[in-house]
Amino acid sequence: MSEIQDYPSSLRDPASRKFETFSYLPPMSSEQMRSQVEYIVAQGWNPGIEHTEPENAMDNYWYMWKLPMFGETDVDAILAECEACHKAHPDNHVRLLGFDNYAQSAGASMVIYRAPAV
Amino acid sequence: MSCRKTYDAGVKDYRETYWMPDYEPSATDLLACFKITPQPGVPREEAAAAVAAESSTGTWTTVWTDLLTDLDHYKGRAYSIEDVPGDDSCFYAFIAYPIDLFEEGSVVNVFTSLVGNVFGFKALRALRLEDVRFPIAYVMTCNGPPNGIQVERDKMNKYGRPLLGCTIKPKLGLSAKNYGRAVYECLRGGLDFTKDDENVNSQPFMRWNHRFDFVMEAIHKAEQETGERKGHYLNVTAPTPQEMFKRAEYAKQLGAPIIMHDYITGGFCANTGLAQWCQENGMLLHIHRAMHAVLDRNPHHGIHFRVLVKILRLSGGDHLHTGTVVGKLEGDREATLGWIDLLRESYIKEDRSRGIFFDQDWGHMPGVFAVASGGIHVWHMPALVSIFGDDAVLQFGGGTLGHPWGNAAGATANRVALEACVAARNSGRDLEREGKDVLTQAARSSPELRTAMETWKEIKFEFDTVDKLDVAHR
Repeated sequence: MSEIQDYPSSLRDPASRKFETFSYLPPMSSEQMRSQVEYIVAQGWNPGIEHTEPENAMDNYWYMWKLPMFGETDVDAILAECEACHKAHPDNHVRLLGFDNYAQSAGASMVIYRAPAV
Repeated sequence: MSCRKTYDAGVKDYRETYWMPDYEPSATDLLACFKITPQPGVPREEAAAAVAAESSTGTWTTVWTDLLTDLDHYKGRAYSIEDVPGDDSCFYAFIAYPIDLFEEGSVVNVFTSLVGNVFGFKALRALRLEDVRFPIAYVMTCNGPPNGIQVERDKMNKYGRPLLGCTIKPKLGLSAKNYGRAVYECLRGGLDFTKDDENVNSQPFMRWNHRFDFVMEAIHKAEQETGERKGHYLNVTAPTPQEMFKRAEYAKQLGAPIIMHDYITGGFCANTGLAQWCQENGMLLHIHRAMHAVLDRNPHHGIHFRVLVKILRLSGGDHLHTGTVVGKLEGDREATLGWIDLLRESYIKEDRSRGIFFDQDWGHMPGVFAVASGGIHVWHMPALVSIFGDDAVLQFGGGTLGHPWGNAAGATANRVALEACVAARNSGRDLEREGKDVLTQAARSSPELRTAMETWKEIKFEFDTVDKLDVAHR
């Protein structure tokens, strides 16, 4: 049995909380973040940024950072907004979305800055 | 011709009435392509006309009551014949049926005609329904998927990736409490869904209501623990429709997000009713396809799976099993890609290289998640993400539960592999060529994935497909 590893997860430990897509991977490097932004732009989706306190991460509605960036294709401009949101809310999760207005749904949604409490 | 208003008793050649090579199908006609293997000596036109007749207005002899109606309006018309590439024993016959032949919103009625008595017809050695074009006018009369892909994503909060599931095993014999344990472990490890096996209904070892109770505790606890939304396909397939609805109501009362039904063994009538109930009650509906291979596996006789796919989309369901291409169950890659499109897209063009015989317009009818399940494990993940794209549920049964450290670690291994593949694809990497690199890299930060990759490295299923697309020089 000694070779079997325990699965460390519990109700009490906030580090057990996940936050959907890519939350089982290590935090994103700035290079990885850039390539995900490039992907959203390449799909023709509208980028959007939202943030929340980690304890409210299960809610449908997070706080919108400004408005979705309709028609924005400048990757640096999008990354700058992501960073601005993170700087303004350093204790919150910040997620990047790609809104697909044909499907009327998010084509992509991922937490790009994780709250330090997690 | 045949509409002469005099009564002439006796047996006529079918082709006099039902073979109309000059007929131009109307936009509202329901079109069918049959693969016909006639008895020796039966001419193709006669066989095609016989199928058109027997699947619409005809019977073996003229009857006087034929003259009380306008049979020329109601009859099926065989309008074209084609060779089957690489097989001289059979041919394709194309038949157009006027929309008035069918009750609105009833796949039951459509298929009672199309695959009814005609399949036992003596003049044919074998008969296979290859494809059906449902006119948009008919599609609009059907309820379709209760929620559809986008609504399910919004309800479950899953975006930008395939969903991850697992069928609980052993499929039979677990007590309800032990079963709930297996569910809990999978969900806390990172799966989105777990699933009742198709033959788990309500047996003496585990009655349905006990299972529902324990499974719901597992879901609630895993949601609190992970902060993610979770579900388990509670199988409400039952001996009678009354019992099926009773189980569905109880699942709703417990707050379950999704239930499950077997649409072929359960029947199209029950399925259509349940799908409508799901729509009214805000419940997702997972569809299993037990018995499909009895109908669709023989290349010369039966109903092609792409037709069963269309039946389900019209009857209603939010998920449908489609085969994996890479796992233990039958499925030709191009043909599978064809029926996945038929499930998910709103307009699908005729494409013989994918076995699609007709343009199909679904209008606004929502799409259905393709479910890949059976004999798959982490090593298949790059190919699965590449083949299926995001709008799929990838289900690893043995590939989750068989992990040496248990279900939770197995689930984590699959979740890490899935997310690594999606992240790599988004960054422009070719998953089918670089899959091994992607997984190896991801395993560096996941001992669960590393162990899974060591456990399943050697398993492969490399048998040839029995039902292949018809192409010359096989």
